[in-house]
Parts: sequence; structure tokens; C-alpha cells
Amino acid sequence: MPNTSLRGWGRTAPTRANVVPVRSAADVTAALAAAGPRGVIARGLGRSYGDPAQNAGGTVLDMTGLDRIHSVDADSGRVVVDAGVSLDALMRAALPFGLWLPVLPGTRQVTVGGAIGADIHGKAHHVVGSFGNHVESLDLVTADGRAHTLTPSDDLFWATVGGMGLTGVVVRAVLVLHHVETAYFKVDTEQIDNLDELMARQSVDDEKYAETVSWFDAVSTGAQFGRGLLMRANHATLDELPPKLRARPLRFDAPQLLTVPDVFPPGLLNRLTGKLFSEVWYRKSPTKLGAIQNITQFLHPLDIVGEWNRGYGPRGFLQYQFVVPLERGDVVRGVLDRMHAAGQVSALNVLKRFGEGNRAPLSFPRPGWTLCVDIPVNDGLGPLCDELDELVLDAGGRHYLAKESRTTPEAIRRGYPRLDEWRKVRDAADPTGVFTSDMSRRLELTS
Amino acid sequence: MIDAVGNPQSVLVMGGTSEIGLAVVEAFASDRPLRVVLAARKSDRLGAAQARLEKLGCAVETIEFDATAPETHSEVVRAAFAGGDIDVALVAFGLLGDNEVAWTDVDAAVELAQVNYTAAVSVGVALGKRMTEQGHGAIVAFSSVAGERARRSNFVYGSTKAGMDAFYSGLTEALRPAGVHVTVVRPGFVHTRMTEGLSPAPLSTTPEAVAAITVDAVRHRRELVWAPGPLRFVMSALRHVPRPLFRRLPV
Repeated sequence: MPNTSLRGWGRTAPTRANVVPVRSAADVTAALAAAGPRGVIARGLGRSYGDPAQNAGGTVLDMTGLDRIHSVDADSGRVVVDAGVSLDALMRAALPFGLWLPVLPGTRQVTVGGAIGADIHGKAHHVVGSFGNHVESLDLVTADGRAHTLTPSDDLFWATVGGMGLTGVVVRAVLVLHHVETAYFKVDTEQIDNLDELMARQSVDDEKYAETVSWFDAVSTGAQFGRGLLMRANHATLDELPPKLRARPLRFDAPQLLTVPDVFPPGLLNRLTGKLFSEVWYRKSPTKLGAIQNITQFLHPLDIVGEWNRGYGPRGFLQYQFVVPLERGDVVRGVLDRMHAAGQVSALNVLKRFGEGNRAPLSFPRPGWTLCVDIPVNDGLGPLCDELDELVLDAGGRHYLAKESRTTPEAIRRGYPRLDEWRKVRDAADPTGVFTSDMSRRLELTS
Repeated sequence: MIDAVGNPQSVLVMGGTSEIGLAVVEAFASDRPLRVVLAARKSDRLGAAQARLEKLGCAVETIEFDATAPETHSEVVRAAFAGGDIDVALVAFGLLGDNEVAWTDVDAAVELAQVNYTAAVSVGVALGKRMTEQGHGAIVAFSSVAGERARRSNFVYGSTKAGMDAFYSGLTEALRPAGVHVTVVRPGFVHTRMTEGLSPAPLSTTPEAVAAITVDAVRHRRELVWAPGPLRFVMSALRHVPRPLFRRLPV
């Protein structure tokens, strides 16, 4: 009997699977040979919000034991890593060599395999693109149990980037990192009064910064609606560091202060607490240019608090993240207005402008505005999100599969017009449909 | 799959012409159209049920199901799962019968027992097996307050529901480790075809109201609900009333 209950970071929709720990490519091949009719999917650190790393009634490969960093080449920036290595571990290993992982999402607790499967992006997308852009080659074990080394000249490479683990199991990758002088950022923070100004401000000078993001308050109403912080940064050079940091400029300065206990009742995050949180977050950062911040302060403020997802209580939460073309920035406002009218609170709203996308048919980023909101699961959320889907899709937008947990197969078909192209490559690599997940069943990604 | 906000994609109704069963499907489908499998004997009513759900955008399949033939039930359930995973299965068939006939006529009594208890058990076993294999899913069993304490006026029906209720309450525990949620719904007097012509009991309700409670229970993964909710307290009191007094109550 499938014996482990699995769910995503949003803590919704648990299902049971037979979890098989993997320590080598040979383990993957053996697990594929032993797989039953419900198929196989790989799972890393479980940071996808929904169900892409669950496989009800089938086999789930726990990839976190496949975690060796094989080599780091300081000159070329080339690193050879197993798929189960976390971005956190990789950064800790690479920083002493002056190497920086160019694509970092909102958490470092993501495996390299997961980062490829979801083709993750970070605040530097407008400059460096997404994770797949920095993969020189990857080793993929396909349904027949054989390993293939793929490069960007292969269609299967690009079907695997953003392919949500449905082409095979990535076991190893060669990544190319960037050179940096320090592990710190020189950050310009601007406190801005409302959403329109925030978006206008965010639309200029983008090219001057390696990293850009804004956070805004969608709880306060009226003239304060969408007041927020525009945060932009470049890597600090050695000269820019204050003297006390200069002694160890490549120190990995990433504290975690506390872990949230698993005791929260539902409804803890409501309009009142959302408002308090918004107020504090807004006030904590007045406009300040050129501040030196560590990676946690600038990129990963939520990593200070471990297991913060527990704050949403037993019914869990979802993240709603979409991208719409740059000229349809009005949809951002439209979505927030609808949420507000429906009484849904999102304390954490993150807005970013994407640069060019890559060749991967299922890669999420494309030039446009991307908004990400956190919403606790409560009654009425389903119909509201269905309405938001229409706004997004009608504007030519789409959803991010790594965060998706409730939309329809039709919405994915509309948002990803190259889905059939991806399926063709996928089906050729996995003709009998060995690779499957709760997400692929729910969204009919595979035939 | 059941998604993050509790929407299923497919629902199986064992007893596919049941008014409560269809109301539950409609309540789920009001958020989003579903794939529906209706298992029932072929009849005009089944065709009408199919048409009613198709009008809501559901993709409906019907399969032949005879509650009095338990030896066929594994096969019926297998056929119901042939088109893909079943996210929610409703055990919604049952007979009320005429109590005065039922406790004096062997055939009538046995038919009630077979449909309401034996068939509910065989269907439950088959559903439990399938859902365990698929690693997820919810089973909803429609019991009755009549099973909570048998009354003189419908104790044959009540006794079958008592057995059925006990079986599914146990199945809730047995399937929990498999990640399969079983919800027992105990409605009171519901205005349906089954109760036509009977005088309604206090706290009587409608299929739509029972459906709303059921959908909410599935979304919250509740194990036991009453319809309407206050019946829980009424029955909890009635259960402990001494027999000489209970006999005199106008229930």
C-alpha cells in the first residue's frame, strides 16, 4: 500500500504514495523498473506550492539523498552537481570561490533538479533570465531507465526545463555561475505611496539594477492602496562594503532566527493581522539608497522564519502567481480589486517585471508583469480564483506551474500555447506514460 | 484530483437517480463542471438525471448497477473507475419501504436489508479497495438519523441504516491510513420521492440543504455530519431517553 502522505508547501490536497529514497542514477533506474501502473515522479525539497511532486497511489522518488557537489571551477564558474543538491548548499560551497548562483527564487531550499523542472526565476530575471538559461548540460534518466546527457541543442533538454519532472529524472547537471566580489548587495529602497506610482517607478531604470522587486500592501484601502517598497540592488563590490564586512566579503550571511511551530488555528491570517503585518513591513523600510544588505535581508527575508507556511493553519494556503504582457499592467490592478471586493486578504504581494523568456515550451517567464499573492484557503476562494483566471488569460497571461494548485486544464492550454509541442517531445521520451504526478493528472498535462 | 480549494474533478454516484446524490453533484458542479459516473438501474429517471447534469456542463457516463446483486458490485465499481480516478464517491442508494409490511413479510424485510445494508457493505469494500490503490479520494455514505435510535414506526429501515452507519464509521478509520476520507452524513427527514406522502418530522430538510452540508464536509474532510446540523444535539438527547419514556414521545 502507498504509505506516505505528501503535500506541497501550501499544505493542501494531500495524497499517498510509495516514497523511494534515491542515492544514485542506478537507484532511479531500479525504481523505474519496479514502478507500478500509477507511475513515478521525482520530489526534491517539496517547495512547490501545489501537487507537482505528489503521485497518488504511485511512486515518488525522494531525490534529496542524491546530493553531491562534484566540482567547482573558480575560473570558468562551472559546477557539476547532483540533482538533489539544494541551492542553499550549492551557494555555501560556491561563494568561497567568488561564485554566485545567478537565479535565486524566494527561498534557497530548492533542489537543482526542482529548479530545472520548474525553470525557476528570481528578482534578476530581467537581466539573467531563468534557471534553465544557466544549465550547460543535464543528465536525464528516461522512462526506459537509460541516462542521457542533454545540452541546449536538444529538444528534450528544453522539454525538461520547466517540464515539471514529466520527461524523466534529472540526476546531475552542469551549471555556470557568475563571478562576484562579495556576498552582499547594495540596495536602493524606495517607499512609494500607491500602486500606480509603484508600477510607474518600477518601469524605469530597470537596466541599472541586477535585481529588482517590489512588495506592496493590498490591505490598506483608498489612497494608500498598493503603497509599497521598490527594492533594487546590485552586487556590492569590495570597495563598497563597510570596513567590518571587508575582512570576510564572501561570508554567507544568512541567519534563520526561529521556526514557526505547527499550532496555528485557521483564520489566524485575516484582515486584521494582514493589516498589522502590512503596516510593519511598510514602515520598516523608509526610502534609503545604497544600503549594504546580506542575502537574507535583501533576497530571502522569509527565510529568517523557518516553516513560515504553518502560519496559515491546517487548511493551508495558495499562491496565485501569473504573468501578463507589459502593456497589460492594468490586470495587476484588476486582480487586486477583485480580491479586495471578495474580502480575500493577501499580506504578501510581490510584483516584478520579467525580461525575455527562453526556448522551453513550458517555461513560465515571458516579458511582462508578474504578480504573486498569498491567500489562505477559505470558502469562496475557488470561484474567485476562477474569475481571476479569466482576467489573466484574456490578457494573454498565464500561471506559474510551480505555484499552481487549483486551476483547470483549459487554463493551462490557453496560457501555454506550446503545450502540444512539449507533449510531442515528452511522449517520444516516455511513450508509455511512466512519468506522472497529481498535477499532470489534474491539469491533463500528459495524455 | 481534488485541488487545493477542495474542488473534485470526478464524482461517482452509487444510486445514480438519488435526489440527494444528484443535488450533491450539482452543488460541486456549481463551482466547476465535473466528470460524473451515475451507477443505477437503467430507467427513464436515469436518463433524466444524466440530461440534468449535462445541462450544467458535466460529462456524464452511466453504468448498470443493481443493489440487490452484491456479487456484481466489484465489477460495477471497477467499471466506474475505468475512465480515470474517482475523486468523490457517493453511496446514495437506499429503500425506505413500508415498515408494517417489512417487519411482517420476510421478502420485504430481506430486500430492505440487502439494499440498505448488504449492498452498502459490498459497495464500500469495493470503493475502499479502489481508492486505496489510487492513493486519494473521498467516500460519502448517506446514513440516516433513523439509524441512531430505532423507532417503532420505521425500525426495519432504521436497523439497516444502523448497520450501514456502523460499517462506514469503521471504514472511516480503516481507510484513514490510506489517505482516503470517508464521511458519514446523517440526514433527518428529507423531502424527496422516498418520503412523499409522509408527514415531515421536525427539522425536516431538502436535498439541496443536505448537499450543501455534504460538499462542505468533503472540503473540510469531516468524518461525520448531520443534516441539518442541530439534529446532532436532538439525537444525542434522544439516544439517552429511557425506553418507557421514549415510547411515548411523538417522534
